Amino acid sequence: MSEPRYSVGIDLGTTNSVVSYVDLNEVDGEHAPLDVLDIPQLTAPGVIGEQKQLPSFMYQAHEAELAKGDIVLPWDDAPDAIVGELARQLGGKTPIRLVASAKSWLSHAGVDRRSALLPPQSPEEVPRVSPLEASTAYLQHLRDAWDLQFPEDALEYQDLVITVPASFDPAARELTVEAAKTIGLRQAVLLEEPQSALYSWIQASEGGWREQVQPGEIILVVDVGGGTTDLSLIAVTEEEGNLVLNRVAIGDHILLGGDNMDLALAYVLRAKLQAEGKRLEPWQLQALTHACRDAKENLLTEDAPAEVAIVVPSRGSSLIGGALRTSLTREEVNRALVDGFFPKVELTEKPVAQARTGLATLGLPYAQDARITVHLAAFLNRQVGATGELAGFSPTTSARFLHPSAVLLNGGVFKSDVLTHRLLEVLNHWLKDDGAPAARLLEGADLDLAVSRGAAFYGYVRKGRGVRIRGGTAAAYYVGVESTLPAVPGFAPPLEALCIAPFGMEEGTEAELPPYEFGVVVGEPVHFRFFASTVRREDAVGARLDWWSEDELVELPEIEITLSADQHRPGDIVPVQLAARVTEVGTLQLEAVAKDGGQRWKVEFDVRAGEDADAAATV
Amino acid sequence: MQIDLNLIPTTLDVVHAGLAALAALLLLLCLLLAMINVYAVSRRPKVVTATTPAPKAESRREAPSAPPKPAEPPRPQPARVEPPKTVVVREATPDAALQLLGLLQQEARFVDFVQENIAGHTDADIGAAVRVVHDGCRKVLKQFFELEPVRTENEGSRLTLPKGFDAGSVRVSGNIVGEPPFTGSLIHKGWRASKIHLPKLAEGHDASILAPAEVEL
Repeated sequence: MSEPRYSVGIDLGTTNSVVSYVDLNEVDGEHAPLDVLDIPQLTAPGVIGEQKQLPSFMYQAHEAELAKGDIVLPWDDAPDAIVGELARQLGGKTPIRLVASAKSWLSHAGVDRRSALLPPQSPEEVPRVSPLEASTAYLQHLRDAWDLQFPEDALEYQDLVITVPASFDPAARELTVEAAKTIGLRQAVLLEEPQSALYSWIQASEGGWREQVQPGEIILVVDVGGGTTDLSLIAVTEEEGNLVLNRVAIGDHILLGGDNMDLALAYVLRAKLQAEGKRLEPWQLQALTHACRDAKENLLTEDAPAEVAIVVPSRGSSLIGGALRTSLTREEVNRALVDGFFPKVELTEKPVAQARTGLATLGLPYAQDARITVHLAAFLNRQVGATGELAGFSPTTSARFLHPSAVLLNGGVFKSDVLTHRLLEVLNHWLKDDGAPAARLLEGADLDLAVSRGAAFYGYVRKGRGVRIRGGTAAAYYVGVESTLPAVPGFAPPLEALCIAPFGMEEGTEAELPPYEFGVVVGEPVHFRFFASTVRREDAVGARLDWWSEDELVELPEIEITLSADQHRPGDIVPVQLAARVTEVGTLQLEAVAKDGGQRWKVEFDVRAGEDADAAATV
Repeated sequence: MQIDLNLIPTTLDVVHAGLAALAALLLLLCLLLAMINVYAVSRRPKVVTATTPAPKAESRREAPSAPPKPAEPPRPQPARVEPPKTVVVREATPDAALQLLGLLQQEARFVDFVQENIAGHTDADIGAAVRVVHDGCRKVLKQFFELEPVRTENEGSRLTLPKGFDAGSVRVSGNIVGEPPFTGSLIHKGWRASKIHLPKLAEGHDASILAPAEVEL
């Protein structure tokens, strides 16, 4: 097989997917010309248009719904389901057949991500797919679009990077890789989206970034996508005269994004119309949301008009009579978005606690607190020690939170100067209170396409030809074990957390074996409770925590070990150790290693979370 | 109080609605004509089957070396380089025109608007509808055409047309006597569709349905 010609980056987004690529023959140092793939997709029945973005939607049309022959793609004359722009359009009118936000479901620990559960609230006869299958379908569309345009350089033979939120749990990462492998993209590696945004900024600066940041600086990346908000901290250090970037911390998985903002504005207008005695039908609310998306961008600029007219025409052929008219004012947008999502808050403010949802919920665990600045405050507070171990960073004991010195923004939301300024204003207010210098904005980011562009660029620098962000795993991982304390009647034995993978494991490395064995019955699945911590950086493999504060460790779906009976008799008890490895791809892999003989078994993440509550009590 | 508030915007809407509607209509009619010409020599677009890569609908600047037709009205160049043909009259295939109408209807409710009798409606109502039409038309133009002025000089400024200027893209009027170079003032800067990326149609797709009837179950 010849060398790959292209490095391809796929931003598999919650609401839109984008493919960028760089021709490896054209690159020269940090000058890497990037292109964005035009993705053919159905834009209306029987009409195939090309767009830079593939809306991440899937529509299961009724067999009588669309004319035969109208559902075609350049590479498939009868696709099973509609993906992309037309899916989004049809789904707007018939939501029971629409699969949306598959990515959020893929990272939803409360459901079995391999079971056919989307769309969640549809009648029996509508075919359902799993979050994994939906993600696979989007990737497949992107692959086919690529192969159509580059028949000589099929995607499976190119360098391929797929981005995931920094806060994706190990199971969601593995599922993303699995989706790629299912359609033959076995070479795909993962990259965290905020890192990707930074790579894009580096690429766009064509080497000039070295003048813009100095050793000792901390870059805060705020990535507000359509459906998620992702935070990361990247510290700049110096080694042998070269600048080195270290991703030192990531934030929680926050399901909150630009789509929430459009909806918030639509609700404002709905209230206004209701006050005038007009009742809105569901389709009108949706049309309002759509109109608000465009109006928002107009009203959130520095020299915005005082108001923008919003018109929702009637659905009938009479356009002039039945239109619903209202207007969205700058003040309303400021109140709903600027003060609603980016309020001026004190550093000490905590996000409104998310009630622990039951394990079998059918909805997505949306962030309950829409205030992005509050989530940011909590993140910076929690990560105050993030740079403690890096050379060149002197931890100031007076600091109440980690002080970023530069901010990189990503996501279409920040096309608005007003929101950008507000975010910086709030951050700089905290910094000032702490006596720290103000943070500055890193200019020149491509807000819509940065993630996929950065991914394509990363595929190139991975070959050792440019600066790489160091980081490794952004969390330490633990399994729950019973404490050896004497049992007290009426109380569950206290749980201890045993560290099996330390913070910051690099790709392609394996953690040492923890000095602790589990007796596993051959042929029977054994479940372990599984935890992650994005703040405990010091715990080495084998560390046992008998106490931790609530926000230090986050419980993930259980993991499961089943020892196959090829070398042992069913019912035997085999002592095993748990080994952790970070693959080259960027996924965490756990294995049970037999104490004698070294035989290895894969440990599965996310085994139908929540179905057998009794198994959760094992260990 | 309320009467005042209504009166002021009404007056404004008359102007804006009228201007916007007129501008949108004229522009679109021009484009429709242009499209018919553009696709005169091209065949009905087809969906590419599994193996052939879709050529991008790129345009080119060089004109086909067909017989020059200096007296014809300005029009954009065809979407592809065609082998020289000795046709004098080109016949438009209707699909591209229908497709454009369909897009305008889908995005801008264009057909609805033009087919409606506006005589009985107030200017305020018409103004509201024009916003929908105007926003949608803009979107269609932006998405499927790349437009650029033919002349980059400011309108009203003096300019000189050299000998052999392209009469297809610059129309002179008034005191046309003698030999070029001609000097005159720029009245309209002109528009050229430098690129067209219309969507492709599925084989068997009925483009004459500009908008399907909608039935909610």
